[in-house]
Amino acid sequence: MTDLINHMNNPPVISCKDLSKKFGSFTAVDNISFEVKAGEIFGFLGANGAGKTTAMRMFCGLSIPTSGAATVAGFDVFKDTEKIKKNIGYMSQKFSLYEDLTVAENITFFGGIYGLSNKQIKEKTEELLGRLHLENQAKKLVRSLPLGWKQKLSFSVAILHQPKIVFLDEPTGGVDPVTRRQFWDLIYEASDTGVTIFVTTHYMDEAEYCNRISMMVDGAIKALDTPANLKKQFSADSMDAVFYELARGAKRKAD
Amino acid sequence: MRTIKFLLQKEFRQIFRNKALLPMILVLPIIQLVILPLAADYEVKNISIAIVDNDHSPYSRKLISTITASGYFKLTGYTASFKQADQLIEKDQADLIIEIPAGFERNLVRENTEKLFIAVNAINGVKAGLGGAYLNRIIADFNTDTRLEWIQPGRYNAVPQIEIAPSNWFNPFMNYRFFMVPGILAVLVTMVGGFMCALNIVKEKEVGTIEQINVTPIRKFHFILGKLIPFWVIGMFVFTVGLFVVARLIYGIVPLGSIVLLYGFLGVYLVALLGFGLLISTYSDTQQQAMSIAFFFIMIFMLMSGLFTPVDSMPGWAKMIAQFNPVTYFIEVMRMIVLKGSGFSDIKYHLLKIVAFAVVLNTWAVMNYKKTS
Repeated sequence: MTDLINHMNNPPVISCKDLSKKFGSFTAVDNISFEVKAGEIFGFLGANGAGKTTAMRMFCGLSIPTSGAATVAGFDVFKDTEKIKKNIGYMSQKFSLYEDLTVAENITFFGGIYGLSNKQIKEKTEELLGRLHLENQAKKLVRSLPLGWKQKLSFSVAILHQPKIVFLDEPTGGVDPVTRRQFWDLIYEASDTGVTIFVTTHYMDEAEYCNRISMMVDGAIKALDTPANLKKQFSADSMDAVFYELARGAKRKAD
Repeated sequence: MRTIKFLLQKEFRQIFRNKALLPMILVLPIIQLVILPLAADYEVKNISIAIVDNDHSPYSRKLISTITASGYFKLTGYTASFKQADQLIEKDQADLIIEIPAGFERNLVRENTEKLFIAVNAINGVKAGLGGAYLNRIIADFNTDTRLEWIQPGRYNAVPQIEIAPSNWFNPFMNYRFFMVPGILAVLVTMVGGFMCALNIVKEKEVGTIEQINVTPIRKFHFILGKLIPFWVIGMFVFTVGLFVVARLIYGIVPLGSIVLLYGFLGVYLVALLGFGLLISTYSDTQQQAMSIAFFFIMIFMLMSGLFTPVDSMPGWAKMIAQFNPVTYFIEVMRMIVLKGSGFSDIKYHLLKIVAFAVVLNTWAVMNYKKTS
């Protein structure tokens, strides 16, 4: 489906060249270079401990790289981290909305600190609750929601301020297959509005939903192409097989 | 400004929704303020005394009844030998022994002089020191009384005597509660404000919500203000309840000085203190770490602030530490304004120092809070 749309002529929204991050003598991210084009759904794959989260945190302006160069939404990851933050949404591995606030209160809070007007917040809240069918749960504490709903809410809050790029770090971990499917529907809806999606996952069926994917092994990018081309390249019939083929060579112990 | 509005809205919602935190912030300090001053009394009473009377004369009995009638002592042993009395000290049943030698009355009457032996159990320093002092006073009084009995007062006093009539200013009845309540209130406000604030930020770190904040374009300064203001308000509230409800209604303490001045100082003090709490939070990753650091400082703040023991009697190095303890200044100012009615010119240097604390601690905290690592 979306494979048919060609984003390759779009301008890049993320580009990095020889980007590295070292923690003492440990190289978490080792000289990675690639570009993500506007509007793409970019899958960022790799085993646990391969360095995906570290790389993502650098793109989000949460962590300063050790060396190399990168721009996100046109801003430098060394100098303009705060400008990057205006233009991106981020959903971390750990659920990080306020569990002791209600659904509506979380939306108001994050809308407010991203600088949305009261009118915008009201509209967005209604629209978001409608899309997620959470109209009756608006006054419930987020704590009481099932995980799948929390994740959908978290994603919707991450794109509330209409960012150029949204970073999703294992958004569907621990979520049931039906909810995962619904989650990906949300991702497609967002993608249709022009948001670039940068997503990490361990589910290979989800990898197939991406326009392009990169495979990270031991901090380096070992492969990067469309799912179809990758399968061809490794003469595999599924993304699972591609993953095994690449991850087998990993020297780092998974955590 | 809008950002701060949203931060405050969120913070207050969370605080008022937290059923465990709210009583901790609002009720516990009040209970402490009601209970602690009643217990923290410097006046030592019920000192157990053992008496070894080797004389059994009317004078020795008179001395004993003077001692027991003073109200400070409790006769827990009347033994025949010093050895027996010594055992009472060993068993912790006596704090003091007074030995009246055989021939006490005879020597006193005939030779005009006699020696008494007092042994003090110095395990509890305060009790020993005060007990010994009280006993000396009582014996001195007894001495004067007996002299008066024998010596016919001449036209002029043969021995010139200096009589001392002390008068306690600002607290005429030396009511320890007047002295302790403002000090304890200062410490309670310190604990509630500073440490709750520190724990609050670290909790966001633990839960992971701070990551979501750090990835927004929110300014560090705004975030810190959003954390500071709610606890500033809570600190003010706790203080107000402590001062106008507990101190006034239960202890009858009415501040002599200006309330405006007191609150003005408190306002600045809270900013300094919350800055300290924020600073702790920027150095800790877990609530456990923050608690441990906070505990370390609570002990120093309490014991080296002049709350219990005057700063002036501390050794030089301890005075230095007390100088860098904001609580010292707050306790001093509290006592000055509440008991003495001091005005602005009396506390201006205290205020200046607290302003310096506020600026340094908050700047340090904002600089050390990193949105990007």
